[in-house]
Amino acid sequence: MDLYIEGDPIADTKAPDGPIETRWERRRFEAKLVNPANRRKMTVIVVGTGLAGGSAAATLAEQGYKVKSYCYQDSPRRAHSIAAQGGINAAKNYRNDGDSVHRLFYDTVKGGDFRSRESNVHRLAEVSVNIIDQCVAQGVPFAREYGGLLDTRSFGGAQVQRTFYARGQTGQQLLLGAYQALERQVGLGNVEMNARHEMLELIVVDGRARGIVVRDLVTGEITTEFADAVVLASGGYGNVFYLSTNAKGCNVTATWRAHRKGAYFANPCFTQIHPTCIPVSGDHQSKLTLMSESLRNDGRVWVPKAKGDDRAPRDIPEDERDYYLERIYPSFGNLVPRDIASRAAKAVCDQGRGVGPGGLGVYLDFADAISRLGRKAIEAKYGNLFEMYERITGEDPYEVPMRIYPAVHYTMGGLWVDYDLQSTIPGLFVIGEANFSDHGANRLGASALMQGLADGYFVLPNTIANYLAAGPFEKLDASHPAAVEARRDVEDRIQRLLAVNGDRTVDSFHRELGQIMWDHCGMERSEAGLRKAIDEIRALRDQFWQRVRVLGDGDGLNQSLEKAGRVADFFELAELMCIDALHREESCGGHFRAEHQTEDGEAQRDDENFSYVAAWEFTGTGKPSVLHKEDLKFEYVHPTQRSYK
Amino acid sequence: MAVTGIILVLFLIAHMLGNLKVFTGATSFDHYAHWLRDIGKPVLPGVWFLWIQRGVLTVAVLAHIAAATVLARRSRAARPVRYAHRPKVQGSYAARTMRWGGVIILLFVIYHLLDLTTGHLNPVGDPSKPYSNVVADFAPERWYVTLFYTLAIVALGFHLRHGAFSAFRSLGQQTPRGEARARAAALVFAVALSAGFLVVPFAVLTGLVS
Amino acid sequence: MNLTLRIWRQSGPEDKGRMVTYQVDDVSPDMSFLEMLDVLNERLILAGEEPVAFDHDCREGICGMCGMMINGVAHGPQRGTTTCQLHMRQFSDGDTIDIEPWRAQAFPVIKDLVVNRSAFDKIIAAGGYITAPTGSAPEAHSVPVAKANADAAFEAAACIGCGACVAACPNGSGMLFTAAKVTQLSLLPQGQPERYTRVIGMVEAHDEAGFGGCTNAGECTVACPKGIPLNTIGRLNRDYLKATTKQADNTPGS
Ligand SMILES: Cc1cc2nc3c(=O)[nH]c(=O)nc-3n(C[C@H](O)[C@H](O)[C@H](O)COP(=O)(O)OP(=O)(O)OC[C@H]3O[C@@H](n4cnc5c(N)ncnc54)[C@H](O)[C@@H]3O)c2cc1C
Ligand code: SF4
Ligand code: FES
Repeated sequence: MDLYIEGDPIADTKAPDGPIETRWERRRFEAKLVNPANRRKMTVIVVGTGLAGGSAAATLAEQGYKVKSYCYQDSPRRAHSIAAQGGINAAKNYRNDGDSVHRLFYDTVKGGDFRSRESNVHRLAEVSVNIIDQCVAQGVPFAREYGGLLDTRSFGGAQVQRTFYARGQTGQQLLLGAYQALERQVGLGNVEMNARHEMLELIVVDGRARGIVVRDLVTGEITTEFADAVVLASGGYGNVFYLSTNAKGCNVTATWRAHRKGAYFANPCFTQIHPTCIPVSGDHQSKLTLMSESLRNDGRVWVPKAKGDDRAPRDIPEDERDYYLERIYPSFGNLVPRDIASRAAKAVCDQGRGVGPGGLGVYLDFADAISRLGRKAIEAKYGNLFEMYERITGEDPYEVPMRIYPAVHYTMGGLWVDYDLQSTIPGLFVIGEANFSDHGANRLGASALMQGLADGYFVLPNTIANYLAAGPFEKLDASHPAAVEARRDVEDRIQRLLAVNGDRTVDSFHRELGQIMWDHCGMERSEAGLRKAIDEIRALRDQFWQRVRVLGDGDGLNQSLEKAGRVADFFELAELMCIDALHREESCGGHFRAEHQTEDGEAQRDDENFSYVAAWEFTGTGKPSVLHKEDLKFEYVHPTQRSYK
Repeated sequence: MAVTGIILVLFLIAHMLGNLKVFTGATSFDHYAHWLRDIGKPVLPGVWFLWIQRGVLTVAVLAHIAAATVLARRSRAARPVRYAHRPKVQGSYAARTMRWGGVIILLFVIYHLLDLTTGHLNPVGDPSKPYSNVVADFAPERWYVTLFYTLAIVALGFHLRHGAFSAFRSLGQQTPRGEARARAAALVFAVALSAGFLVVPFAVLTGLVS
Repeated sequence: MNLTLRIWRQSGPEDKGRMVTYQVDDVSPDMSFLEMLDVLNERLILAGEEPVAFDHDCREGICGMCGMMINGVAHGPQRGTTTCQLHMRQFSDGDTIDIEPWRAQAFPVIKDLVVNRSAFDKIIAAGGYITAPTGSAPEAHSVPVAKANADAAFEAAACIGCGACVAACPNGSGMLFTAAKVTQLSLLPQGQPERYTRVIGMVEAHDEAGFGGCTNAGECTVACPKGIPLNTIGRLNRDYLKATTKQADNTPGS
């Protein structure tokens, strides 16, 4: 049987043409509006309370819509956006270093290795400046200079200092700003907040997304919830690899369930591997910890020149060290984009020059920076990161170089959306990391926070009106056949998971799935590896449904049951990721196919044949997915071979 | 809490300074004690001031206890199920002994009044001769009185140390440097006051005052 | 190393709950505390016993989801560290470790070590924000903020809402959490217009939720994984005093 079928091309019909600087303004002008009196009559469901979902829910409520908000954590403030450390980009040009909206646009398209839409990226760069204004007004304590103005720093892949930050806790501070705006609306009665609720199914009525099925994680109660539109802001799916820098609860369930109901899934194989994470310490490892990329501003990456050199790092003399990033990429040095830094680390470890347990690590050394700037200055910049490193590894990075290794970090793929951020199901909008929109095949550092807030504060609240202008839609209740069916599906699945009562834990399956994905669909992919992975995933998925053991029942808090449902969806996603990676016979951004590299080992893009977004349609369990291609046109930034040398 | 506490503290300061008059000799001390009863003359007749002061103090003590009770009941209600593993005190002992310390001090105050104000428990017990009452009280053979007195004053010291710091806090002390200063001031104050109260019995005990 | 764990087990809000003893062997010092519990849970599941429920998400010390009393100390023995960031090298072979949920009226137990902390969200909803609807913001550089104030605001803003302060407080008070937010917002120029209504709203919500009163015992700041300083409570008190005296004379603009 074929792995997939090629279907009709797909196009984004909402993006206006004309000069790129005017498109967003024109779209806003041409879109229909909803008058304030009507907004009160309409409800929007927002799944997720991260930067994207939190900002969207607060803004929609401010505009006058009734909002129902959901998250699986015990409080909306804990969404995974909280963990972002490094910063957020904005084209403010406060540094007078040549930055501009156009340059941010250019950098992002180029950084995405020419696999994103120009219109979307330009809009992102335009609203980036409003984000900073908005956050400052909310009281987000960004780092400041002595004069009281905002400080910025440079971040991987950029030659201008456009990254705003709040020590190593930028995501936390931005999220708390959005959370507080959200809680204000909760207090005013405009948002109904449902924490510890998990979305398990989408309800589609007459071709429109009209509601969701949720499980109250505390009582186990399953309910159907209705609205005039549904917004998914459920984050990324990096946890398909089991070990990643994502929070333990991050999952694909919300978007995958929507995919099964008709929303196309775009570029699932585009995943980002972050170069600076703390290496694995043993089999017990449950997640990986990111060390902010900002460390590369002052740390130098190296490995010993000789294979298997197991001397202590301080005993290896300067001329026996290989500062390989500085050597291979003299103009960007240690600041090359993530995909390049990650692959370079893998390459040196594959040559047997890795350091630490299992040879899976490289040094990130601060000795030079400490002697140049003094320990105090380094402490002020990175103190909390150094402490975190020491807590986890028991080693003091002021004395011994850090050991780092790449880890899965971000997923550029996600549900396909048009310029309005609407998926292929009318009334289903997807924002933040959950959609595929702005980062192409590789995301630049500090751009995810920007995208989440751009979508939530500024884009969706404008574009959703165009859809809701046709509302309010027919009132629905739990007895509607589509709701009854969706709910029954959810209950059946839960019963099935509980009924297996096999001999393996959910985590043991998840771990094994993650290993398959890391080995074959990770930093380097090959046809043989991907085919093997697809077979292994299918076999393991069958085993899962025969052998998994989930104790207890569905009538209360049951964390194994929650995990089991998520892992079941990861199995299906994993297969699609491998198929997507297999079909894309080129290397681009985070997707590196061993068969497609230049002579000196750099990624080789194939713009002739692959300059498109791969949007996958679900056609039924066990049936091949259908591929719809959306052609990408580049009018402003002309594809070139990315070079950071 | 802070306001009633401050009233009581003001009284304690006066009381302590008064006690030190013991070192000026019997006549002077007795004279002082009698003068206390007459402050306010001729505006206020006879012992009025004394009674006003007693009234204010009693109200302050009762209000202080009432406020403490409210807080204590609130904290019980706020943690209906106790920890099986008793939490270690990691903050300040002074803070954690406020309640028991307060009870000890209350018991002491009652004893102290019966002893030196009404004279019921005093070997001399002559209200007109406060100096000899004091000397008799802390005589070496009555060491247990001195011990009890000392314990109570130490408890008072702890109570004051946290009380004073806490009062600064409740009234809005807010900077980190101010915090260090507030803590230091509270400590110095508590030590000074306790020392002031303790020198008298020890002076008697060692025969310095007889 | 080999450890004896005594863990609070409670099947649901109605159950009375009890401490149950488990033995865990071959614990690596490189494991995090939660990974050690993962190992126990894997074993329990295979033995047909329900795993121990505990909250966690980021496992990076930032989301504030994890938290348990470890030998009577909130988040365990290492200062400035959340439970998820605590590593087993802090313990020794043969140790007995008592593990209990946060205990507070305002944080009812849901199951085992999982408690409901939604009272914190209510405190924020009662004023822990700056009203700045999307789109209404002035240019970010129009209001400079002195670096010292920005830094102090940041320090207070670092609170992760974990609830350790409440768990450690002998009075079950949530004042450190409340004060951290009040301090952050009252140090910034953007926070001034709502400064006094904010503190009143938040303190009322705090008291209503069933938290105890603050007696400045200082246990909270020792337990706090983010080192939120105790003087934030002084700032809250000062604002609160001012707010209540202002409210009393009821003149707008005074
Ligand atoms: C360690 C780390 C560091 C990072 N650092 C940076 C950085 O410095 N700069 C940068 O720009 N980006 C950074 N990123 C990326 C960035 O943080 C994320 O991409 C971004 O925050 C995602 O935001 P979001 O709102 O889309 O989703 P999230 O914040 O992940 O929120 C997802 C929400 O959906 C809810 N949810 C999920 N599934 C369900 C379900 N089934 N039912 C109900 N609710 C559900 C969750 O409860 C949560 O509220 C970092 C990422 C990581 C992992
Ligand atoms: S103040 Fe500290 S202990 Fe309390 S919730 Fe915040 S971070 Fe946790
Ligand atoms: S799990 Fe997020 S702080 Fe511990």
